[in-house]
Amino acid sequence: MALLEIRGVTRCFGNFIAVNNISISIETGEFFTLLGPSGCGKTTLLRMIAGFDLPDSGQILLDGKDMVGMPSEKRPIHTVFQTYALFPHMTVSDNVAFPLKIAGEKLDEIRSRVIKTLDDVRLFNLGNRFPHELSGGQRQRVALARGLISRPRLLLLDEPLGALDLKLREEMQIELINLQKETGIAFVFVTHSQNEALTLSHRIVVMNQGGVEQIDTPSKIYNFPRNRFVADFLGKINIMDAQVLEIIPPYLRLIIPELGQVVIPNKEGVKIGDKGFMAIRPEQMRIMIYSEEVNSKNHFSGQIKSLLYAGDVTTYVVEFSNGTRVEILLPNSAPREIKRFEIGDLVVIVWESDVGLFLND
Amino acid sequence: MIKEKNIVRWLLSGVPLLFLLLFFIAPSLIIVFTSFRFPGEFGGLAPLIAPMGTVDVEHGLTLEAYQFFFSDTLYVRVFIKSLQVAVVTTLICLIMSYPLALLIARSKERLRNIMLLLVVLPFASNFLIRIYAWVIILDPESALSYFINLILNLVGISPVIFLFSPFAVLLGMVYVHLPFMILPLYINLEKHDPILLDAAQDLGASHWKCFWYITWPLSISGVSSGIVLVFISALGMFAVPDILGGTGDILIGNLIKDQFISTRDWPFGAVLSIMLALTILLIIGLGAYFLRRLRKRNYAT
Repeated sequence: MALLEIRGVTRCFGNFIAVNNISISIETGEFFTLLGPSGCGKTTLLRMIAGFDLPDSGQILLDGKDMVGMPSEKRPIHTVFQTYALFPHMTVSDNVAFPLKIAGEKLDEIRSRVIKTLDDVRLFNLGNRFPHELSGGQRQRVALARGLISRPRLLLLDEPLGALDLKLREEMQIELINLQKETGIAFVFVTHSQNEALTLSHRIVVMNQGGVEQIDTPSKIYNFPRNRFVADFLGKINIMDAQVLEIIPPYLRLIIPELGQVVIPNKEGVKIGDKGFMAIRPEQMRIMIYSEEVNSKNHFSGQIKSLLYAGDVTTYVVEFSNGTRVEILLPNSAPREIKRFEIGDLVVIVWESDVGLFLND
Repeated sequence: MIKEKNIVRWLLSGVPLLFLLLFFIAPSLIIVFTSFRFPGEFGGLAPLIAPMGTVDVEHGLTLEAYQFFFSDTLYVRVFIKSLQVAVVTTLICLIMSYPLALLIARSKERLRNIMLLLVVLPFASNFLIRIYAWVIILDPESALSYFINLILNLVGISPVIFLFSPFAVLLGMVYVHLPFMILPLYINLEKHDPILLDAAQDLGASHWKCFWYITWPLSISGVSSGIVLVFISALGMFAVPDILGGTGDILIGNLIKDQFISTRDWPFGAVLSIMLALTILLIIGLGAYFLRRLRKRNYAT
């Protein structure tokens, strides 16, 4: 039985459908991420799990029991808010002790657990400070400690890293992973950052306009996006119109209008004549000099239009003869093997038949 | 550059500073000085230096007014009664204002503005007129008295006269001071971040515990401003007991007013004023001290 089961949940605000018939199940000990652009309904869904909002229809079950009508304070589910929502009039210790104090735990028990939890989030000697005396990262840790101390069944995290700078964010990501592993508490993490989602999660649900686009592991979502939205939302990807010409297992032959034919891996359920898109990641393509001999089946000639140097990698923008532009990512290491290109160079873009994807929509 | 800024600052704050110096500190000093003088033969003050040709006229400085104050328990009793009335007024104002201020602070902006307007609207009419209005409302012949006594008669209780009673004084005091409690409370409560209540509830706190652990401790500064404003004003009030109270409902404010206006014993009036000011300072100081200790203990768990 799943820990949390969301069954056909819908929530409307006037004419706007914020969450549209969503069904998700989350397992014990899972790091589950709700990913999507702002306004996709992920925060609304989170608020309904926390009990701040009620679904118009559908059910939310915890350990198989329907939580409709159970107020937020009765749910064994805690939230880490985007703005942390630390109590400004309480010290760090009092903030962290709050859930235990409310539950009426004994003072000795509270004291020892507060000390242990503060250790877990690496806030050893800050118990007597007030929230306004802490840095952003420390506040974040207090919020985590407060959410975890009474060992809820589920911890909801609403874009908790949004307010931190890049370096601190990366540090906290590692700590979140460790904390989740150590406590074994299921995390439901809301973010609009695809990087964060890919780094942290066991599974990701990609949401768009109140609906579910795909639920999968990070690598499945990244490598096998189910549709154009998911492909586009997670990482960079080149997308071209394409039509299925021939199915030669384990490959597909596609025709790309005004450009030519390509061979990519087969996909289940595809029929000859299907129209859709060919998608390929920038790091899956190579650039060769125009005059070089090409062995690969997939190759198109083009011209370098611009390049973006980013230290470890360089992104080249190449325009094909039909006017389509693609981005190609080349690592800057291994200097002898990889040739650098300049704007205006005539090149051939090559990729193997075992990469690339056909998307129906 | 810095010097110029300083000059501008002094010019800007100089005028109000001078104003305060002249019209607050100087009168206070005059009152202290007055308290050490003899009352004049026909009221006011006796001369400092005996006029030429007179022999028996009291003059110079004396502690007589202070001796007079401590020689009779009557004045201390009036002080204690005034304190009682002020404390009860402040408490009733606090209990009545808190829910209202909370309601206003948590309402939508349009409704909030209307309610705030209603709170300050009484200031649009004259203070004395508003108190005299209560005389009409509480009059034994008024509709209110009639209906209340009709009901009391049904349950077999003899008729009650509200006007010129301690009850009428308390009613008037609460009525007059309510806005001074509501406004500081509202200003404080309006600043609370609603997400803190969400967080407390999410962590298991019921509505009542949310209030007790979050809203109430965060509002302490607003509560103390309201208490200070209402308490000080209530302790010195003379108009309400004058108009709504009976002969026995004299408070310290009435006593002081009488010394200056009817009895015309200025030195004794000055002594009473000084005692009132000292009482207020003492109480506010003690209050602030205990509040700080309470806060420290709360924070260090």
